[in-house]
Amino acid sequence: MFQENSARGHFAMTSPSQTAVSKTDTPGLGPDGLSKGKDRKGGELVGRSPGQLMWTRFKRDRTGVFCACVILAFLLIAALAPVISMLYGKDATTLYGSNDANLLDEFGYPTGPNGGMSGSHWFGIEPQLGRDVFMQLVYGIRTSLGISVAVTLLTVLTGTVIGITAGYLGGRTDFWLSRVIDFLLAFPSQLTFVAFMPVVVALFVPPGEETPTYVRVLSLIIVQWALGWMGLSRLLRGQVLSLREREFVEAARITGASQWRIIRKELLPNVVTPILVQSTYMLPLFVTAEAGLSYLGVGIMEPTPDWGRMFQNAARYYENDPTYLLFPGAAMVIFVLCFNLLGDSVRDAFDPKSGR
Amino acid sequence: MLPFLFRRTLGALVILFLLTTFTFFVFFAAGDPAQMSCGKNCTADNIALIHQNLGLDKPITTQYWDFLVGIFTGRNFSVGHCPAPCFGYSFATKQQVWATLLDRLPTTASLAIGGAVVFLTVGLATGLLAAWKRGTFVDKTFTSVSMVLSSAQIYILGPIVMGIFVYSGLLESPRYVDFTSGPAAWGAGLLIPWLVMATIFTAQYTRMSRSTMVEQLQEEHVRTAKAKGMSGRYVFLRYAWRGSLIPIVTILGMDLGSLFGGAMITEYTFQLAGLGRLAITSVTTLDLPMILGVLIFSSALILLFNIIVDATYAFIDPRVRLS
Repeated sequence: MFQENSARGHFAMTSPSQTAVSKTDTPGLGPDGLSKGKDRKGGELVGRSPGQLMWTRFKRDRTGVFCACVILAFLLIAALAPVISMLYGKDATTLYGSNDANLLDEFGYPTGPNGGMSGSHWFGIEPQLGRDVFMQLVYGIRTSLGISVAVTLLTVLTGTVIGITAGYLGGRTDFWLSRVIDFLLAFPSQLTFVAFMPVVVALFVPPGEETPTYVRVLSLIIVQWALGWMGLSRLLRGQVLSLREREFVEAARITGASQWRIIRKELLPNVVTPILVQSTYMLPLFVTAEAGLSYLGVGIMEPTPDWGRMFQNAARYYENDPTYLLFPGAAMVIFVLCFNLLGDSVRDAFDPKSGR
Repeated sequence: MLPFLFRRTLGALVILFLLTTFTFFVFFAAGDPAQMSCGKNCTADNIALIHQNLGLDKPITTQYWDFLVGIFTGRNFSVGHCPAPCFGYSFATKQQVWATLLDRLPTTASLAIGGAVVFLTVGLATGLLAAWKRGTFVDKTFTSVSMVLSSAQIYILGPIVMGIFVYSGLLESPRYVDFTSGPAAWGAGLLIPWLVMATIFTAQYTRMSRSTMVEQLQEEHVRTAKAKGMSGRYVFLRYAWRGSLIPIVTILGMDLGSLFGGAMITEYTFQLAGLGRLAITSVTTLDLPMILGVLIFSSALILLFNIIVDATYAFIDPRVRLS
């Protein structure tokens, strides 16, 4: 039964793939084109896919485009950190303060004005250790963004798979998956991140031994991932639950589409919007969560540069060197603000009805 | 109402039990718990002592059973008796877990209550004003300021506020004074943490109360009330506001729950010895029984607040009472 079904589904899968769904400008002419939910009519009119419509609307939103550029710049800085370091001629770990005795005074604070900002150290010098603040920040952003992007990808993937599975299969599967989601949502998330960090680290390294950096990075990713996916899952489950009963899905089922095809070609395109919107809201949350963990001293440890740990240092040095907080702080506020604005823009572009 | 509360409490207890079980098994299955409970500077004698006290030579199910029974009846360790709600003994601090939790709770609770009063009043007031003056200069200012402030973090604002008020000598360093020994000192000591914490939350409440209020004003019952000739202000406060409270109560319940479970970043920034600080300290010293205790305690508080929120719905929205 299932075999036959999936074989027929495979046949159906091949023919509409050129005509169907969202990417072509001309409407699908194949017989399967009729089974499409978002089928378009109108011979001479230029058809636009929802994706294209969204893109046109998004391009008109100036705040959104500006924020997207800022975020792109952050991602580029993170990706190109070694190149920046090469051009700038300094790195994140060298103790410039101990190489050049003129940079720090006898208490270990920068001698120059504004935290030692100068032509050779743009953002100043770190108190005590005497590292270059600009390079610390660039590499710190690299660490934090790397972790957060990984967590976001994993979370979105898991959330989507589990949400669609629960919503589409329904019944017993749905019941148990929903109970798992309820259970995981009961964990106080921030506290659990902190509490489970040593446990996850202990899975890789026996306690008492030195923990390598990649283990801490991996543990941070695992801990945030394990408690991050439930929100998206629950949202998608609800949407799929109602989409499942719609006519176009029924039509696909009657024409003999396999379950996999229905999920991939009928359901998934309809939940792309919430997935995208949610992930633009999620990423800054993961960035601040990661920074928070490092700030609290349970995330990334010295000597690996980290955005969050710069705030820990900044708080310690603030009384004597307030400038040290300026650049990491401003960068963080700009980053989170832009991401939130971008999230709103993406939501508006996908769904013009949701006016603010 | 009562059957509803009973059902919710039962559900919460089941979740709490599962959470305790899960956490216990994960904690005590990963690595050597004795080594992990002992802290970083551990002697062989200490490890032997922990082995004997936690009964680590017994199977893990027996250990778990002992732990569960201990919560209700108390336990006897060789280091001493642990009275009724016994969540274990911390070998790093040489304290009973439950006693430490109770010791830290007032700080965290004061922080949460004071902060909530500030962010709720300011947040709701600005949000309502923005919705009332929708589209005007006031609205735009409030909306954009709250957008920027909600992107700031406590660990960024904290040092700045400390710099303005404390390092300059205007105010004393934040500290916790017991409420019974003087409300004025209590408030003065926590003023800065309240304000910093509230700033972040206020921005969220402004945005949320504004948007729910704007939504409510387009509802049919509001239109009907206006059509009947009621004054704008009456409709705004009595009709629209009441409806907009439901989503706010939901979020407030979640926020209060997590704040009572320990405002980690605030407590860490201002060096206040609350539950959140306790969690961080016990994680950095690898104090396993204490981490387990804090986690269970905080989860219980969150679940408790969820129930309170559900009960509050019934008072705000009569439609909920029926179901």
